[in-house]
Amino acid sequence: MNALIGLPIILPLLGAAASIALGAHRPLQRLISIGVLATLTATTAVTLVRVDRNGITAVQVGGWEAPTGISLVADRLSVVLLLTALVTLFAVLVYAVGQGSFDQPGSEARHVGFHPLYLILTAGVSFAFLTGDLFNLFVAFEVMLMASYALLTLGGRADQVRSGMTYVVISLIASTLFLAALAYVYAATGTVNMADLHDKIAALPAGLRSSLAVLLIVVFGIKAAIFPLFFWLPDSYPTAPTAITAVFAGLLTKIGVYTMIRTQTVMFTPATRPGTLLLVVAGATMVVGVLGAVAQNEIKRLLSFHIVSQIGYMVMGLGLFTVAGVAGAIIFTVHQILVKTSLFLVGGIIEEKAGTGRLARLGGLARTEPLLAVLFLLPALSLAGIPPLSGFVGKLALVDAGLDDRAYVVVGVSLVVSLLTLYSMTKIWAGAFWGTRSEGASDLPPAKGTTGTAIMTSATAALVSVTVAIAVFAGPLHELSTRAAADLVDPTPYIEAVLGR
Amino acid sequence: MRRSLIFDSTVRLVFDLAMVLSAYMLFAGHNQPGGGFVGGLVAGAAIALRFLMGDLRDVIGVVRFKPWTPLAVGLALAAGTSIWTVATGSEPLDHGAREFDVWGIGAVKVTTATVFDAGVYCIVVGLVLMILEAFADEIEPADDGEPGEVRR
Repeated sequence: MNALIGLPIILPLLGAAASIALGAHRPLQRLISIGVLATLTATTAVTLVRVDRNGITAVQVGGWEAPTGISLVADRLSVVLLLTALVTLFAVLVYAVGQGSFDQPGSEARHVGFHPLYLILTAGVSFAFLTGDLFNLFVAFEVMLMASYALLTLGGRADQVRSGMTYVVISLIASTLFLAALAYVYAATGTVNMADLHDKIAALPAGLRSSLAVLLIVVFGIKAAIFPLFFWLPDSYPTAPTAITAVFAGLLTKIGVYTMIRTQTVMFTPATRPGTLLLVVAGATMVVGVLGAVAQNEIKRLLSFHIVSQIGYMVMGLGLFTVAGVAGAIIFTVHQILVKTSLFLVGGIIEEKAGTGRLARLGGLARTEPLLAVLFLLPALSLAGIPPLSGFVGKLALVDAGLDDRAYVVVGVSLVVSLLTLYSMTKIWAGAFWGTRSEGASDLPPAKGTTGTAIMTSATAALVSVTVAIAVFAGPLHELSTRAAADLVDPTPYIEAVLGR
Repeated sequence: MRRSLIFDSTVRLVFDLAMVLSAYMLFAGHNQPGGGFVGGLVAGAAIALRFLMGDLRDVIGVVRFKPWTPLAVGLALAAGTSIWTVATGSEPLDHGAREFDVWGIGAVKVTTATVFDAGVYCIVVGLVLMILEAFADEIEPADDGEPGEVRR
């Protein structure tokens, strides 16, 4: 059954090949993409059950043994996040197909390249989660970035290319730093296998060790958009088609967080982990992100600043470096991927129906679109952490872990930021859903393409119901994340599984 | 468009040699420097020379396929060879080798890694073709004007 582990990387690539060959037949392309993602979601769910039952599973690619060859490792953390990512990618794909009926530059219907690129992005995302090797993590990031450069600028509009340039430049800088970090790691230890690095990095001088840790934090911090490396994010995401923005916003930054959790726990021994630094960064990220969000007047931009703010919570959980803290970070990441993506999808439907995302020009949607209002309200309240929704589960776990660890300052900051999050969400609510449509909005075209919006709305509804399910199954999920976190805080089982000791 | 006789003749000569070199690199890559990526880059460079010469359309026209066909074929080959071993119960990307006795040549060792490399080669060539075609769409024939002069 180890065969299932490589599947999420290779199947999308095969699908992409078929999709390129069938460029002229959009329905067949859709069928391939949906088929691939549905299959992968199912097999990954099976893998999750197996990994949780039998422990960490490692596959040595090509049959070459661990520190020499490339390892694919499925542990609870990677499989839980991979499953969440695949569910999100699946829902967004269906949404994109629905949106394709609208005449938007760069949307799914307008460009043959959408499906192949989307599948290659899927392969890159899966690879990033599954690889147990630092160099292949770099490769996975590059696969993801190549696909995302193209997806961001698929429409070819001037503003898309301009913000795409920001994204390309910042990603190239991050990649160069990553490559430099890799070179340092390899020069110092002679291996890039993360399990193998655990003992070898511990044997290095303290100064070298902490520079490596900080360099890796900077690299993945740029990807994850932590303070003070977040400045590129709010400018580059909002111009792409909604489906693309939703995937990038919901997923790609969280992969940065995942790699941060992975590298800081597996590669470094408990005594050498930069806890305090991460907690300070976490607090600053929360505050700066939410203050940026409060100042925005446009739905997608406001949500983009929220991404930054919420990343702070995940880093806070990691910075505690306790089982409870990392478990909280894992739950919060799962919750964020789903909730943030749904919010962007709802924002897209609002723009589609009202013709604008500017809050000043919206209003009264609660009366005209009650279903949309519910679909917005659930993830918005969840984001702010109102019980009993999934955000509350995540934040409760984090605050609890913080109090256990006596990190009172960062816990206090996180609670204040929650209030500000609630405030900025009510800003969207009051602007878009309450009140009456403002002057100048009436001349806009009315809602069109009912089949398209129906597909978009049901994809969003499915994703929102998954976030509600998280709150319902909070108990089992918390236990699962605690088991996952235990394997990270003390990575001995991971190392044994990979190196076969 | 003013064409340089020297450049054109050189490219005609170099193109064939470079394509043979790229094929050699593809097959030599198993045990020696080379491989699908390097071979593909050499082929891509040769095709780029033809593009500079101005007859990329002839190249694409002769082989009669869309530039993305090699991309799709290559991706399918590379991904296919990496997953098919799983069906036989071994690890992904595992490879097999078999020696054949070909009359007149002697023992020929065929490995699945070569198929994977051929896939990589096709991907690189397809990508170069797509990039060049995208550039070619932007270029208008500069019938008049001196070389280097910007048309307004």
